[in-house]
Amino acid sequence: MALAEPTTPDTPLKRTPLHALHLELRGKMVPFAGYEMPVQFPKGVLGEHLHTREKAGLFDVSHMGQAFLAGPDHETTAHALEALVPGDITGLKPGQMRYTLLLNEQGGIRDDLMVTRAAGDGQDGRLFLVVNAACKDADFAHIEALLPPGVELRRADDRALLALQGPSAVAVLTRLASAAGDLDFMTMAEIELCGAPCLVSRSGYTGEDGFEISVPAADAETLARALLAFDEVEPIGLGARDSLRLEAGLCLYGHDIDETTTPVEAALTWSIAKRRRAEANFPGADKILDQIANGAPRKRVGLKPEGRAPAREGAEIVDADGRTVGSVTSGGFGPTVGGPVAMGYVDRDHAGVGSEVTLMVRGKGRPAGIVPLPFVTKRFHRKK
Amino acid sequence: MSEIKFTDQHEWVRVDGDVATIGITDYAQEQLGDVVYVELPEVGREVAKGDEAAVVESVKAASEVYAPISGEVVEVNGDLEATPAGVNEDALGRGWFVKIKVKDAAELGTLMDKTAYDTFVAELE
Repeated sequence: MALAEPTTPDTPLKRTPLHALHLELRGKMVPFAGYEMPVQFPKGVLGEHLHTREKAGLFDVSHMGQAFLAGPDHETTAHALEALVPGDITGLKPGQMRYTLLLNEQGGIRDDLMVTRAAGDGQDGRLFLVVNAACKDADFAHIEALLPPGVELRRADDRALLALQGPSAVAVLTRLASAAGDLDFMTMAEIELCGAPCLVSRSGYTGEDGFEISVPAADAETLARALLAFDEVEPIGLGARDSLRLEAGLCLYGHDIDETTTPVEAALTWSIAKRRRAEANFPGADKILDQIANGAPRKRVGLKPEGRAPAREGAEIVDADGRTVGSVTSGGFGPTVGGPVAMGYVDRDHAGVGSEVTLMVRGKGRPAGIVPLPFVTKRFHRKK
Repeated sequence: MSEIKFTDQHEWVRVDGDVATIGITDYAQEQLGDVVYVELPEVGREVAKGDEAAVVESVKAASEVYAPISGEVVEVNGDLEATPAGVNEDALGRGWFVKIKVKDAAELGTLMDKTAYDTFVAELE
């Protein structure tokens, strides 16, 4: 059988602060976005995925790009970022986080990112950004080039990023710091963990309750070991990170969204704040507002293949007459769903939930239904 | 039952009379990770040595399994439909994929024996 042979990259791969720990835990290391990352641990992708939804999984996502925007006050810094994204950034309350998109002039997506208004003394005017690993250099250069005088971008390459996700995450983290339990979904606070000053947010990429923890690189291993010492916590690789987010219906940049997809086509219209639509003051506004008013030519949808055969990225989607109406952008096996799941773009006339389509897999047509996303119920922490 | 033979594509073959049972090796299943789906050929299909005989899918990717010898597919392992994990659990036993009626026993002569295959794998790592 054809096994993927490891290739030596032209430039040496970067390593995260947890590299030695990954090797100790017998992580299977693969190249990803220029980094050597664990795709799985001995438990395996299936086991790691199921464990995360059942108890708690610890992910090293230090390859992602962290940075601070710093200006004289919140209004100024937020306004500067709003020139590049369609979200409501000025309206963020201290500690509040938002998912938003860096757009290009054609209304396409340069990257998706999390933006948080820093809370705490002396933090006014600071925004904390987390962007995708593969895009971080381009994103930060893009942002920096367009900042007005008085607002600076400061990369936080000296920080690691860990994600603790799953129904047991809050029980685990509150053993290290009770304040973690007080965080509402999509809020962040400065919390000391194992003696290290961390930025802890109640957020994640799995559809489960959980936290993302920005920690100084020098303290990352101590924190990771402390979390892994708890019975409920297992180390999780990028393989399960992908199957978890796919079941949760979340986009992966470079696959489900890219420079050619608008937020409307991507079913991310909700991320374009009402005020911003009225102001029409973000890149690609004309095209995006037109699509909001008149519909987009295609739509990102959930796909549920019948039977057990997965349909993968690139598979053509055809209609009953065999005409191509779209393509799969993410697809694989959903361990919690217990079967294949996929996402893709479909021409507007064929994109209705409940419609049947055919996915071309190895030259054979396989029936699939267009289904609502997510595939598994999201279990984010809600205020009581 | 004859001895087990291996290909450099990580398939194994065991011949009993004129029927050869084929699967993927333990090394292959370990490299693949958790198997979630196996696509088997139709009984009656003719395969030539080196043809794609089956497809084995892990969570992340699909991999082709090649026929180590030529012949007619006489049986496929239906258990793998319900329990694809059988490939991971017992690659050389329960995890077998297809049985082929041997067309040309001479084709087996070019395959590796266990010692040669183990050496081959050791060199890959």
